[in-house]
Amino acid sequence: MQLAIKRIIFFAGLFGFWELAIRIFNIPAVILPSPVDVLLSLRESLVDGSLLEDLGASFTRLIIGLSIALIIGVLLGVFLAKVRTADETLGSLILALQSIPSIVWLPLAIMWFGLNEKSVIFIVILGAAIVMTINMRTGVKNVQPLYIKAAQTMGSTGIDLFFRVILPAAVPYAVTGSRLAWAFAWRALMAGELLSTGPGLGYTLKYASDFGRMDMVIAIMVIIGVIGVTVDILIFQRIENRVMVKWGLEQKKAA
Amino acid sequence: MFLTIKNIQKSFSNYGNPEQVLKDINLYIKEGEFVSLLGPSGCGKSTLLNIVAGLLNPSKGELHLEHNKITKPGKDRGMVFQQAALFPWLSVEENIMFPLKNEMKKKKAREIAQEYLQLVQLSSYAKHSPHELSGGMQQRVAIARALAMNPRVLLMDEPFGALDEQTRIRLHGELERIWSETKKTILFVTHSIQEAIKLSDRIIVMGTHPGRILKVIPVNMERPREKHIQQIAHYEEMIMKLLKNEMDKVAEEESQYAVSY
Repeated sequence: MQLAIKRIIFFAGLFGFWELAIRIFNIPAVILPSPVDVLLSLRESLVDGSLLEDLGASFTRLIIGLSIALIIGVLLGVFLAKVRTADETLGSLILALQSIPSIVWLPLAIMWFGLNEKSVIFIVILGAAIVMTINMRTGVKNVQPLYIKAAQTMGSTGIDLFFRVILPAAVPYAVTGSRLAWAFAWRALMAGELLSTGPGLGYTLKYASDFGRMDMVIAIMVIIGVIGVTVDILIFQRIENRVMVKWGLEQKKAA
Repeated sequence: MFLTIKNIQKSFSNYGNPEQVLKDINLYIKEGEFVSLLGPSGCGKSTLLNIVAGLLNPSKGELHLEHNKITKPGKDRGMVFQQAALFPWLSVEENIMFPLKNEMKKKKAREIAQEYLQLVQLSSYAKHSPHELSGGMQQRVAIARALAMNPRVLLMDEPFGALDEQTRIRLHGELERIWSETKKTILFVTHSIQEAIKLSDRIIVMGTHPGRILKVIPVNMERPREKHIQQIAHYEEMIMKLLKNEMDKVAEEESQYAVSY
């Protein structure tokens, strides 16, 4: 059976089961709304334009935060890979920071920047920059020595060697880093918005929850999930696959 | 002399113990000559080639190409490795343009790239990515790339070692043709006796522990050589005899190594 058909049957079954369970056990909508309610509230937020507004606000923050994080990540990653002392000191700090979810910085961020957009963007940057840094560092460090030797025999050294060989050779790691950075940024953004101010998807979710609108809460959760998967598959996985094949790290998948 | 290799010694530190890899290497190579370095693994033939390339420094001794002392890698010595080492982010043509880019206009570099792609008969693959080419084709591009910067010497480190037999035989013919067309001096590292006999003007037979020159064998045979089966067999026998001792030595050392553990 084809993949698409399998999936359609699975999700149809899931929704049917969900609807059925609610009717049989008479579950109130505040505990768990029915899929129909969720669909209706999705439509409602689409029609009155609030969904687009929230998406716009969230994505603006995300793009600002992610862009800054990627720039920081690339620069810091290269710096750590090239300067040994920095790697041994600052590098260990960054590894330690990686195990702290970026959202726990929010109380501090609010003290520093106030209860506003800047705090959320700060959380996004922190979440994404660290994973990008670590990947970029690995990428620059793991350049095949053969590439460097070959370039040297062709008269390339120093900065020329760095920009024309080492940096492009690290691209696969940079792409994987960006993909992870996006995933981290998206999670950090939602958490940040949930605990901070709006407009934005996370804020609307919090707002709906305060009014007991669980249908709206689930609708937004669905949107968050769909966007997360879509961006990952449509943008990052595609780029990653293409780079992996081109850089000879992976065979082309049979179509 | 064109390329002079004088009194080269090379030691590496092996877990704190210095180990001599090359001992008293003296070699004089004429312009346009095809010279092979032949020997079992561990004889330091690749190390010697890397020293000529400038990728390694000798512990003692000096090398001169014409009148220039060799101290670091340079465009006067093109190198082809066992792996093609093409840059995957560049097209075939851009790969060949890589060494030319800083010294000429793009248009001129592209013309030269075209010329050398023609030499290795891959003109129609200029815009392809390296990963779309077979191993043999990639190696031909690597040869074109090394030649495009017009080096005085072409250094080849077991360039066909990773290819299958059929491809290797075809590339032998190809390399012979390229050599006769470009008149380049070639220093060629191999562990294949047949390969060395088929291609070289002179074969430098090397032994192990320490890596040293056992004998220099001039190959006086008409080209192409595949037809002269008897002569080939004669050279083969001579080299086999020379290397027999060495191979026994290697085998014995390996077994001792195993026992000592």
